[in-house]
Amino acid sequence: MKHEFALPNFFSKETVAAWPGFMPKRQLALGLDLRGGAHLLLAMDTAELKKDWLANQKEDVRKQLRTAKIGFSAIGASGDALQVRLVKPEETEAALKELRKLIQPIGNAILGTSGRDVSVEPGDEPGLILITPTEPGLQERVANAASASIETVNRRINALGTAESTIVRQGRDRILIQYPGLTDTRQLKELIGKTAKLTFHSVHPSVSAEEAKQTRVPIGYKVYESDERDEVRQGAGYVLAETPVVHGDDLVDAQPSFDERTNEPIISFRFNQAGARRFGAFTKDHVGEPFAIVLDEKVISAPVIREPILGGSGQISGNFTVESANNLAIQLRSGALPAKLTIVEERTVGPSLGADSIEAGKLAGLIGCLSTAILTIAYYGTFGVYAVIGLIVHGLLIVALMSLIGTTLTLPGIAGFVLTIGMAVDANVLIYERIREELRTGKTPISAIDAGFTRAFVTIADSQLTTLAAAVIMFWLGSGPIRGFAVTLTIGILTSVFSAVTVTRLLVAMWIRYSKGRGRALEVPV
Amino acid sequence: MFLVPDFKGHDFFPHNLRLPFMRYKGLCFGLSLFFMALSLVLFFTLSFNFGVDFKGGSLIEVQAKSGAADIAAMRKSLDGLGIGEVQIQSFGTESDVLIRVEQQPGGEDAQQAALKKVVDALGDGFVQRRVEVVGPAVSSELRTTGVIAVLASIVAIVVYVWFRFEWQFALGAVVALTHDVLVTAGIFSLFQLQFDLSIVAALLTILGYSVNDTVVVSDRIRENMRKFKKMDLNELLDISINETLSRTLLTGLTAIAGILALYFFGGEVLRNFSFAMLFGILIGTYSSVFIAAPLLGYLGVKRDLGAAAAATKPAGGKAGANPTIR
Repeated sequence: MKHEFALPNFFSKETVAAWPGFMPKRQLALGLDLRGGAHLLLAMDTAELKKDWLANQKEDVRKQLRTAKIGFSAIGASGDALQVRLVKPEETEAALKELRKLIQPIGNAILGTSGRDVSVEPGDEPGLILITPTEPGLQERVANAASASIETVNRRINALGTAESTIVRQGRDRILIQYPGLTDTRQLKELIGKTAKLTFHSVHPSVSAEEAKQTRVPIGYKVYESDERDEVRQGAGYVLAETPVVHGDDLVDAQPSFDERTNEPIISFRFNQAGARRFGAFTKDHVGEPFAIVLDEKVISAPVIREPILGGSGQISGNFTVESANNLAIQLRSGALPAKLTIVEERTVGPSLGADSIEAGKLAGLIGCLSTAILTIAYYGTFGVYAVIGLIVHGLLIVALMSLIGTTLTLPGIAGFVLTIGMAVDANVLIYERIREELRTGKTPISAIDAGFTRAFVTIADSQLTTLAAAVIMFWLGSGPIRGFAVTLTIGILTSVFSAVTVTRLLVAMWIRYSKGRGRALEVPV
Repeated sequence: MFLVPDFKGHDFFPHNLRLPFMRYKGLCFGLSLFFMALSLVLFFTLSFNFGVDFKGGSLIEVQAKSGAADIAAMRKSLDGLGIGEVQIQSFGTESDVLIRVEQQPGGEDAQQAALKKVVDALGDGFVQRRVEVVGPAVSSELRTTGVIAVLASIVAIVVYVWFRFEWQFALGAVVALTHDVLVTAGIFSLFQLQFDLSIVAALLTILGYSVNDTVVVSDRIRENMRKFKKMDLNELLDISINETLSRTLLTGLTAIAGILALYFFGGEVLRNFSFAMLFGILIGTYSSVFIAAPLLGYLGVKRDLGAAAAATKPAGGKAGANPTIR
């Protein structure tokens, strides 16, 4: 509390930094619209999350039933659920028991568990079992994916340089990135726009993609399209094993570099121990055969294994530019996103516009305040001066409070500030008009002043509380620019009431005492 | 005091003016109803010139690196991009240009793709001053929350007025507030001014300001009902409006002074917002004086209720944060 003051906001950063330690230093933070920067709202692909989850679940169910030696004829997705058809309907009970072992509790150890992630129930036919994700299960899935995405996005953005960007979750499945100072968002979008799921697959020895498409895809295999970066592009794609040999999760490093022979940009990578072992074993057994490097379900390249790769490091070549190799290396280092992120809202303000807005805001604020002050003083004389002093206190309080609660000043915030100056004087107007009215009824100056302050207070409270209601709703429902405006307006209403009923009142009281002390007849200068 | 010498202000307001507001209440209601109906008709015929916040799409403000921007050439290069209608207009100075691209079919990614096309087509001759891209999901959410925010504010305000006064005052407030919102939005429809999030903020502020005015007048009506128990209601309303008129106008004047400063010096970005505020303050002042209070003349108010409230209020007011000045 001690270090929150309005004062530092009136000096430049350099001046404030040079102040001795006991002086307050924290300045009002400027919003992105004033200092320039990028605001990106991303949405996670929850459908993809659901699909991935079902695929994983399918794998688990298959393993569980195999180990329990329960025969099944099919496991398939039906809508949101997984459907398991058993060979022998009489094994349903046993299968249910086994599959229920897969159920994971939701919640944490401290607050206790609040439910289960899936329900395993018999279907409406004998021998049929339905595995359905529960709503809380899905929500937890989305929440976990969101925090994982935030971490990944954070790592990717940090690779861009040192900036004070903030990345927060918003709502159920959204992520907000605020990146001050950044105006060219192309690389940023490039970096976060890809999930960067890297997998290494074995290629089917005999069936080509054309054949697979015409007849049928061999069991356990899938047709993958060719990425645009694949140099030996195969129009129809590749027939690859569905289960990858190694995952991008097993990467410990990825760096852009150049191919020693061709001097083209490539990405060199290194596996962790487990990954290196699996990759080594695979390459040892498949010398002379091709294997495929797959990024986001598309094949980047499918080189032939010339010799076993035992050291756990390798390289990805493809049609890369220096920039795209660098971006991909960052993405691979940062890990894959759980699901694709889509940009649903972008707002970027360049530094020149921000600076212009600050200048315009300053000028408008100054002129607005001056004209209000002139009107008030012309109309109310000395008491008008007191009202203006109250207004100045009000202005300082707004700035101090905004610094204190750490809110940022935005362009709409400046508009809100100018408005509250105009409206803050209302409390004084109510009081002084009342005093004048009481004087006209023939009251003595002191009782007129007293009545003015007392009677006007009820009106001030009523009228400002209703305005406050609108401001609070604006804050509650509003997003971005509206919120910045609502914050200033709310603070402004509170400080204007405070400054009118305390500061001005104090000054008027001092005036009365002073005038009395001089022993002359009181004449109210309003 | 010590530093400020005593000097009297100029009370230039003619306090003896007794304007017969209630005599013209029929005319005012007629006019207000007409403008409200007209606004509704405009909503359905002309609709609004929604900004990207509510319509989706992209907005790009660019500044030519040197000299004036050649809008004709820009139009030529952007029209052939196959991204639907592209609006290009000069913005503030001759080197500043505002480009609006309509919402693209094909979801969120399509908006980004269109933006990329525009930026690539513009080339190196321009600095990007501002980019706003709003996808279909966010724009529909913003539309919904915008409407909810306005409605919720009206409800919250009316509940408060109802709680502090009798129901007739609350009804007067709700009619006045609806009037202010409808007519301000009507102006935006009529002149096809850009309607975006900041206009919603303006509407909400106008609501706050208008009810502020209404409450001040209502307060005085309540006070006078206690003072003049036998007076004819219409006459009492007239007196109350007249007594508060100097405050109504002076506060309106100071508010308008601030907003005019914003309008002329606050920059291009705030211009529509300040226009909405300017118009709204005028309308809000009008509605307090010519709608909310006169409506009471039609509705009638139970006087004894006012008297019952009177017994508790001044005492409560005095006991509040009001140390006596001596």
